[in-house]
Amino acid sequence: MLVIRRDLVDAMVAHARRDHPDEACGQIAGPEGSDRPERLIEMENAERSPTFYRFDAAEQLKVYREMQANDEEAVVIYHSHTATEAYPSRTDIKFANEPQAHYVLISTRDPIEYELRSYRIVDGVVTEEPVKIIES
Amino acid sequence: MAVTVSIPTILRTHTGGEKSVSANGATLAEVIDDLENNHGGLKARLVKEGALHRFVNVYVNDEDVRFAGGLEAQVKDGDNVTILPAVAGG
Repeated sequence: MLVIRRDLVDAMVAHARRDHPDEACGQIAGPEGSDRPERLIEMENAERSPTFYRFDAAEQLKVYREMQANDEEAVVIYHSHTATEAYPSRTDIKFANEPQAHYVLISTRDPIEYELRSYRIVDGVVTEEPVKIIES
Repeated sequence: MAVTVSIPTILRTHTGGEKSVSANGATLAEVIDDLENNHGGLKARLVKEGALHRFVNVYVNDEDVRFAGGLEAQVKDGDNVTILPAVAGG
């Protein structure tokens, strides 16, 4: 189960809406081993594409170093789907390299109602998990 | 030339769980060959058909090796090599 504060959910949705129709991507860092997402980092989608995303490599290194210095890890890795449901695509599964992370997908295909769902992706196997939102 | 190589979580099965290991070489290709000698299986995760995998980022200190010669990138004694799988999808 992903337990996450309301303001972090709102921030992911706002980011996804802002970058629509391109895919938005980012991560939420938390203390190593805590499974608690705390610090949201919007990442540049180097692909600037409505069908693909990739963290900008230079920014990824910078954020990785920050997280190491703070004893943090990526608790959540999120991205948006702008024309399809919030379910991992074949490429999402292929490139999922963080078995400890919650993969959050946000669909912005509907202009009013968003869809936000969370998954574990381990060795090519997708497992959806409940999302518990804590009012902040 | 001895360098320190940071290993991402997903590849630590090849290093017995170690987050960073040391390796020798004057170029990234030599460093990867040396890694392979001590941590079998790593090379295939990094190199495909004589080039770096498209979805693996490798940095020497702060520089993305894609802009520094790829596998031919030079390394110096004491450099830090960081491997980060691309975070990508569709």
